[in-house]
Amino acid sequence: MNARVLPYVLIAPVTLFLCVFFLYPFFLVAQQAFTTGNGFTMDNFREVVSYWKFPISLRNTFLLALAVVPVQLALSLLMATMVNNMKRGRDLVLYVWTIPLGISDLAAGIIWLAIFEQSGFLNSMLYGLGVVDQPASFLSYQNMTVVFIAIMLAEIWRATAIMLVIIVAGIGLIPKEYYEAAEVFGASPWKRFVKITLPLLRPSLQTALILRVVLAFEVFAVVAALGGSIFPVLMEQIYENQFNLQNGGTAAALALIVLAISISFTLVILRALRVPKGATI
Amino acid sequence: MSFKTKLAGAMTGVAVLTSAVAVQAEVLFWSTQARPAEEAQAMRVEVLGGFGPGVDYQPNEAGPWLTRFKAEIEAGSGSIGVLGSLHGDFSSLDADTLMDLDGLGVMSSSETFNNLAKLGTDSMQYVPWMQASYIMAANKEALQYLPEGANIDALSYDELIQWTANVHEAVGQPKFGFPAGPKGLKHRFFQGYLYPSYTNGVVRTFASPEAVTAWEKFKELWAHTNPASTNYNFLQEQLLSGDAWIVFDHTSRLAQAFNERPDDFVAFPAPAGPTGRGFMPVLAGVAIPETAPDKDAAMALVKYLLKPETQLATLRATSFFPVVDVDLPDDLPPAVRAAGDAVAKMSASPDANPGLLPAGLGSKGGDFNRVFVDTFERIVLAGQPIDRVLADQKRALAKIMDDTGAPCWAPDAPSDGACPVE
Repeated sequence: MNARVLPYVLIAPVTLFLCVFFLYPFFLVAQQAFTTGNGFTMDNFREVVSYWKFPISLRNTFLLALAVVPVQLALSLLMATMVNNMKRGRDLVLYVWTIPLGISDLAAGIIWLAIFEQSGFLNSMLYGLGVVDQPASFLSYQNMTVVFIAIMLAEIWRATAIMLVIIVAGIGLIPKEYYEAAEVFGASPWKRFVKITLPLLRPSLQTALILRVVLAFEVFAVVAALGGSIFPVLMEQIYENQFNLQNGGTAAALALIVLAISISFTLVILRALRVPKGATI
Repeated sequence: MSFKTKLAGAMTGVAVLTSAVAVQAEVLFWSTQARPAEEAQAMRVEVLGGFGPGVDYQPNEAGPWLTRFKAEIEAGSGSIGVLGSLHGDFSSLDADTLMDLDGLGVMSSSETFNNLAKLGTDSMQYVPWMQASYIMAANKEALQYLPEGANIDALSYDELIQWTANVHEAVGQPKFGFPAGPKGLKHRFFQGYLYPSYTNGVVRTFASPEAVTAWEKFKELWAHTNPASTNYNFLQEQLLSGDAWIVFDHTSRLAQAFNERPDDFVAFPAPAGPTGRGFMPVLAGVAIPETAPDKDAAMALVKYLLKPETQLATLRATSFFPVVDVDLPDDLPPAVRAAGDAVAKMSASPDANPGLLPAGLGSKGGDFNRVFVDTFERIVLAGQPIDRVLADQKRALAKIMDDTGAPCWAPDAPSDGACPVE
């Protein structure tokens, strides 16, 4: 086949797939968000934004992303560096660390609920050790900090691996010569990490951060399992509008708001971690 | 191609064809009820096993249930034969999309239920299928703390509060359990129990001075409620784990506790307030969509479901009670006996104040529930002043009633046109 046509033929199936299952539904959702019975309107947006839980869920979603993503970034960098310096058992450790990736969100939430519940593992352990007189109720509306920390822990446990995998692959691409040269000049391990690994890891960091941040704005099942009805997030509001209130218009409006937030953060990350032209590995 | 492979090919072809035919003949029963695996299996084997043409029983969450039904209606053709769901789900559907079932010759023995099933039209849009209610249940450990002179079968809200306070003091932990989780049925407690018991209404009296008292009382009860209740959806779990000793929930959401450890728990009627013992039924129905592929088979299935034997089998499988007259046998599962007793005592109590399910709200049923849930979250969880919250939420409620034009239902006094929020 003609070498100029071949690439287009090869990407055609994916393009078609995206058009049918992503672009087309996206336009339908956008249409739903901007119309009610009678033509173009912003009513759906006004309605969801003026609902008293909207600011709370927006704040909760942002707080959670802000608390979780940096910790995950630091952890995954640390874990990736460790894995990279391992002589033996590297694969085994990687497999074990990526197990949480194979567990669904809701299952992860339920695992952590089984730990923090009043009759859960943590309480049984504390009680068994004699630390507490009777099982305490950790996940209650009076201890919002504990609820927040529990959700944070569950999220970190569940989704750090996705960044780890990308970063491990990225570190593997950095040529060893740079490190050898740095060692010759007497650079400390920390200096090598900051001056070589981090800058050359930019493209991978970009991918990992975008993926993770976008997912952080879509957090739902873990929060629903651990926070019950006291920790509203944006995704939960979409679900509520679509299924409990049976209002596709307002659900679509909220979905577009989440999309707008995701896109703006993606742009910020792309800009902040951009690789200067011509500066490739 | 050898003879053998040809033969195998032909056999496969025949097998595929026959299985396709078999699938075609089965009636797809698309339901939101009996979702837990054991209940669904009991439905398939014990309840629907006796239906000749065969049934493909598919239980699902209300969201996907509705989405598929709407998609089939929009497409103008479908594979769902019979729909099974709660009154509230049906009332959000367009009555034109459901077959009129007057000619079927089966209905509930309750006139009230049959009227609800008309969904505001002149003919039955669904056939009442099974019923349940909400009751109270307690761990027997808690019985020793009952206030002096209180009769567990005729408790008042004040006695309930006193009882939960006694337990709280004695064991050092709040042990009342309330289904305030995301999937919990808390709104039904306010609509069918608290409001009718204190205000003798739901909509008209939403922001009345009596309603303020009701919420004050509920806050007192909440002080002795396990704060983890905001994670509780099915109180049978907390009864079994011991996190809650005295609970309120749907009869079928308590069933597991009674079936697993029948000797450890008691079921009893909901408490009474100044305007009686408010309580509310749960009504599930079956309907046939206009797009059903084989309406005769679907109608036969609906008739089969209303037979007394099937109704009894359904009771055993799901803990939902019959809607037709049947004599209950003695060998019923413990959960059914306990719940049946409590409901019977509740309806027979001298101060009974039975309410009805919200009707005429159409697709605003979810918004109606949200008014009550929001009121609860703001008053009880966020600690906002009761009168201010009620005045605020009253506007949301009035808008829903005006938009839908729904007339009042019991225990609210009847209205001409939309039920007013006074």
